[in-house]
Amino acid sequence: MKAFTYQRVHSAAEAAASSYKTPGAKFIAGGTNLLDLMKLQIEVPVHLIDIGKLSLNKIEQLADGRLRVGALVSNTDLAAHQIVRRDYALLSKALLAGASGQLRNKATTAGNLLQRTRCPYFYDTNQACNKRNPGSGCAAIKGFSRNLAVIGASDSCIATHPSDMAVAMMALDAVIETVNPDGRTRNIPISEFYLLPGDTPHLETTLKKNELITSVLLPQAPGGKHIYYKVRDRASYAFALISVGLILQKEGTGHIALGGVAASPWRNRSAEKLLPSGAKAVTEKLLAGAKPTKENEFKITLVERTLAALLEEGRS
Amino acid sequence: MEESNNNITRREMIVGTAAAVTLSLALGNIEKVAGFTRAGTHKLSYENVSMTINGKKQSLKLDTRTTLLDTLREHLQLTGTKKGCDHGQCGACTVLVNGQRINSCLSLALQHEGDEITTIEGLGTQENLHPMQAAFVAHDGYQCGYCTPGQICSAVAVLKEIKAGIPSHVSQDLIRHPEISNMEIRERMSGNICRCGAYSNIAEAMAEIAEKQA
Repeated sequence: MKAFTYQRVHSAAEAAASSYKTPGAKFIAGGTNLLDLMKLQIEVPVHLIDIGKLSLNKIEQLADGRLRVGALVSNTDLAAHQIVRRDYALLSKALLAGASGQLRNKATTAGNLLQRTRCPYFYDTNQACNKRNPGSGCAAIKGFSRNLAVIGASDSCIATHPSDMAVAMMALDAVIETVNPDGRTRNIPISEFYLLPGDTPHLETTLKKNELITSVLLPQAPGGKHIYYKVRDRASYAFALISVGLILQKEGTGHIALGGVAASPWRNRSAEKLLPSGAKAVTEKLLAGAKPTKENEFKITLVERTLAALLEEGRS
Repeated sequence: MEESNNNITRREMIVGTAAAVTLSLALGNIEKVAGFTRAGTHKLSYENVSMTINGKKQSLKLDTRTTLLDTLREHLQLTGTKKGCDHGQCGACTVLVNGQRINSCLSLALQHEGDEITTIEGLGTQENLHPMQAAFVAHDGYQCGYCTPGQICSAVAVLKEIKAGIPSHVSQDLIRHPEISNMEIRERMSGNICRCGAYSNIAEAMAEIAEKQA
C-alpha cells in the first residue's frame, strides 16, 4: 500500500468536512474492498477517514412502514434482521448469496453498494484498463470476457458490478441517503445511482465529491414471493455469472433485476410489465440492445432459462 | 542572410529539446519516487492503537498501513494466524473480533481501537485444548495444518452464528431458526479453503461439537 495519514471521525458531518478539506482522502468503513485495492495500488488514498465506528449502524422502521438501513450496518446484520427476513426477503437472500461469513461480518451496506468491479483486467495493473487508468484502453474486450458485461457497456469498458445486494436493492427501489460537506442531505434513487461506462468508465456513481452515504431507505414491504437466484461456477463463494432478483405477486406481475450482466444492476420497467407473458418476452425486452462478446453471449440464454425456472417456481 | 534574435540555431534547438525531455523525465520519476499523486503526497505515518488480544491489553505504535494480520504475526509474534492470500479470499487469516470472525488481512490494526481480538492462540493451548481443537485432532481435520487455525476460528464462530439464528444461503426457511446440518456447515465454512482437502473431516469435527453443544 502507499502510505497514508489516518483519522478517526465522530460524526458524519465531521467525515464529510474532513474529506472536503483533504484532497486525496477516502472514507474507510469495513475496508474489505478498499484495502484489497490499496494492496494492489489500484486505490491510492493519501488520507483515510475511518467512519467505521460512527452510529450509522442502525436499522429502523419508520411510522409509514419504510425501513431505514444505516450505511454502516454489516451485511450479516442486514441479512439476519427479522424485518428484512420477513418483509424484504429478496435482500436477505441476495446478501447471503454473496462473499463469505467473514466478509459479510465486516462489509457494510454502503460499502457493498460502492464496491468496485472484479474484472481481472481492472485488477491486473499490467493490463490496459480505462477504468483504472483512463485512456489506456480495455484489454478485456478482446480478452477473457466470459464473466463480463453483455449490456450497457461501451468500447471503453465491459466491466460488471459484482454486488448481489445491489441487485436486490434495485428490485426493491431503494433510495440512497447522503450528506455533503455543507451539511445538505440528498436522496438518490438507486436507479439513478450507478453510471454506465460510456467514455468515462472511471466514473462509477452519481455521488458528488466528498458526499457520504448515511443510509439506504427501503419502501414499504412489497409483499409477494421473493427469489434471488445466482448462477455461478461454484455452489458458493464465487461471483455471479448472472443473477436474477425477482419479486413476484400473485397476479403474475412483479419486479425483476439482473446481476452479472452490466456495470450496474439491470432493471427495465417496461420489460417488467411483461412478466405475466413469461421469460422469453421479458428477457427480449430486458436485454434488448445487448452487445455481448463471443465469450459471454451465453449469458443472454442463461438469463431467459433462469427466469423461466423462477417463474415456474414462483407460480407453485 | 541576416540573423535576427528570434532565430534559434540548430545547436540551441538540440540542447533545448534535450533539456525539456530530461526535465519531464525527471518530473515523471519524482512522481514515482517521492510518491506524489495528483491529489497529494503519500506521507509515511505512525499512529497509536490499543486493543485486547487474547485477554491481554496491547498498545502499539504502527505504520498506518499495518493490517491486523501483520500486527498479530510480525509485531506480536502470534504466528498461529496465517497469511494465505492476503486478499480476503482464503480465510487462513480468520480471527475473532468482539466474538465475530473476520479476515484479518483485510483490516487495518487502526480500525480496531478498543476491540477484543481472539486468535487461535487464545482459543486453547496444548495443555488445555479448546473442544473444537480436540475435535479437529480426533477427526483428522487437517493435513499440512496451514489453513487450520483459520478453520478452527471460523468453525467456532459458525456454531455461534447458527446459535444466534443467523440464516445462510442454504437455509430452507429464512424466518425459522437455522438448523445444524452438513449443508449448513459446508456453506458457512465456504470462506475457508483447504488445499489438502480436509473438508469432510472438518465438517465432522464441527458436527461433533455442535451435537455436544446442543
